[in-house]
Amino acid sequence: MTTTDKPTAVTAAGTPLTAHTERAANKVFFGLSATAATLILVTLAAVATFLLVEAWPALTDTSGEVAAKISWVRPDEGQSLIELAGFLVFGTVLISAVALLIATPLSIGIALFISHFAPRKLAQGLGYMIDLLAAIPSVVYGLWGAIVVIPVLQPAYEWISTYFGWIPLFAPAADGTISSTGRVAMSAGIVLAIMVVPIITAVTREVFLQTPKLHEEAALAMGATRWEMIRMAVFPFARSGMIGATMLGLGRALGETMAVYMILSVGLSYSFGLFNAASHNTIASFIAGQFPEANTQGVSALIALGLALFIITLLVNMLARWIVARRAEFSGAN
Amino acid sequence: MTKRIDVNNLNVFYGNFLAVEDVSLAIEPKAVTAFIGPSGCGKSTFLRTLNRMHEVIPGARVEGEVLMDGVDLYGSGVDPVAVRRHIGMVFQRPNPFPTMSIAENVLAGVKLNNKRISKSDAEDLVEGSLRGANLWEEVKDRLDKPGSSLSGGQQQRLCIARAIAIKPDVLLMDEPCSALDPISTLAIEDLIQELKNDYTIVIVTHNMQQAARVSDKTAFFNIAGTGKPGKLIEMNDTPTMFSTPSEKATEDYISGRFG
Repeated sequence: MTTTDKPTAVTAAGTPLTAHTERAANKVFFGLSATAATLILVTLAAVATFLLVEAWPALTDTSGEVAAKISWVRPDEGQSLIELAGFLVFGTVLISAVALLIATPLSIGIALFISHFAPRKLAQGLGYMIDLLAAIPSVVYGLWGAIVVIPVLQPAYEWISTYFGWIPLFAPAADGTISSTGRVAMSAGIVLAIMVVPIITAVTREVFLQTPKLHEEAALAMGATRWEMIRMAVFPFARSGMIGATMLGLGRALGETMAVYMILSVGLSYSFGLFNAASHNTIASFIAGQFPEANTQGVSALIALGLALFIITLLVNMLARWIVARRAEFSGAN
Repeated sequence: MTKRIDVNNLNVFYGNFLAVEDVSLAIEPKAVTAFIGPSGCGKSTFLRTLNRMHEVIPGARVEGEVLMDGVDLYGSGVDPVAVRRHIGMVFQRPNPFPTMSIAENVLAGVKLNNKRISKSDAEDLVEGSLRGANLWEEVKDRLDKPGSSLSGGQQQRLCIARAIAIKPDVLLMDEPCSALDPISTLAIEDLIQELKNDYTIVIVTHNMQQAARVSDKTAFFNIAGTGKPGKLIEMNDTPTMFSTPSEKATEDYISGRFG
């Protein structure tokens, strides 16, 4: 207001326009939410700093002094810390990729069934069961995978390897055989997939359910079948949600320790053969395996590996954000 | 390519609830038929039975006949998907697909019907449909922009373009102007006048002046009370309906005594 003689800020009824009793509550709420938001940043920075500081001795070890004191780092056998990290990153990404390739289509199928095909009662029950799957501890998954799943899968691996061995992923090892125990990357990937399914399903189901009725009806009214309607209205609307859900699942698959540790017969190689014994290991499972008996230098090296895992997840998230942002104009948010 | 629709003794149910009772009426080709009546009287529900869109709601079913040029749309072996390809629909709120561009929106239905369409045919169809919906001049320079970037009235005309792009026999409009401002409403009403040269049009409206302006025939629906089924009270030529209706309820509604 630019009036010369300022009128007092009071309405005709006499209630003041300035003072407002809810101001305090507003401030408190702002303070709380701002603190929570800041806390996230602080935690992220703290984790990154911790990883960097603790990993520093191993990362800057050019003379090999630190490496010499770690039993599992053997530069002469092609297993210097950097080479080791390479194998482990490869194993982690490979097994997570297998898990996601299985889990994503499965989860989207389940979520679609629950949101658009199943009768309401069945959908509710099914949704509840899926949520329960997420509550099973990973140790239990590991036990179940090692004792129940693997013996069942091993003969199937034999069969696939015999008839589809020309595909590099299913090729037998150099000696012409595949693992007789079934404790291979494929098994770890399958069990991880089952662990990841509830996460992806729960998120995609919610997104599918939020597809505006208007757009579904628009498609149906043009003579779309149910599947065409889903492709025309539901998938485009849910696209970023589906990517987000997949990334959440990937996050769990990349970091999952216990189940992989219990299932996989570990080894180090750049083999794409999913059925080959003692060929792969993941960062998380490796850290879990070595940590109990690690000395100071060993811990530093393990933390350096943890840093590598942290960077992978960061890159994956950035990639996902980039994919989502690319067509933001068409997202329907405007 | 326009067709007439005859409805005989149609009852519409949601589960066991009778929503619309015993409607019989005839919808003439190349004319605009308006459905008016108070909220909840079942006129939208009835409209949606004409292209079997009410079946989207679980438990919805009908008894009776809807004949399009003598063919019962509820006959055995009739696919609701095919019915909807012949009877297009425009909704209360504009609903272009937000993930598609303006041109893609127009072509959405066509791509369902025959997947392959040459680029030049597609361009012609986009232009023809948008011209048909009086939208071409406004959007011809930004066909690749999202449909949701348009104003509400433009979006509704885009939806009409999308509906006529599949060359339906009949066009159903469920309160197409209720979310629009007066100028956009006028544009749509003008468009309806042009479209009736080529299509059979059925429009549901809350706005009696609109019914009087655009329609050739008017049907008045009413409901006796909450929980009672909606009924067709009377149907006649629009000028007759608005000057000398034969039913008292119609006169009361039209003169603004209720509703």
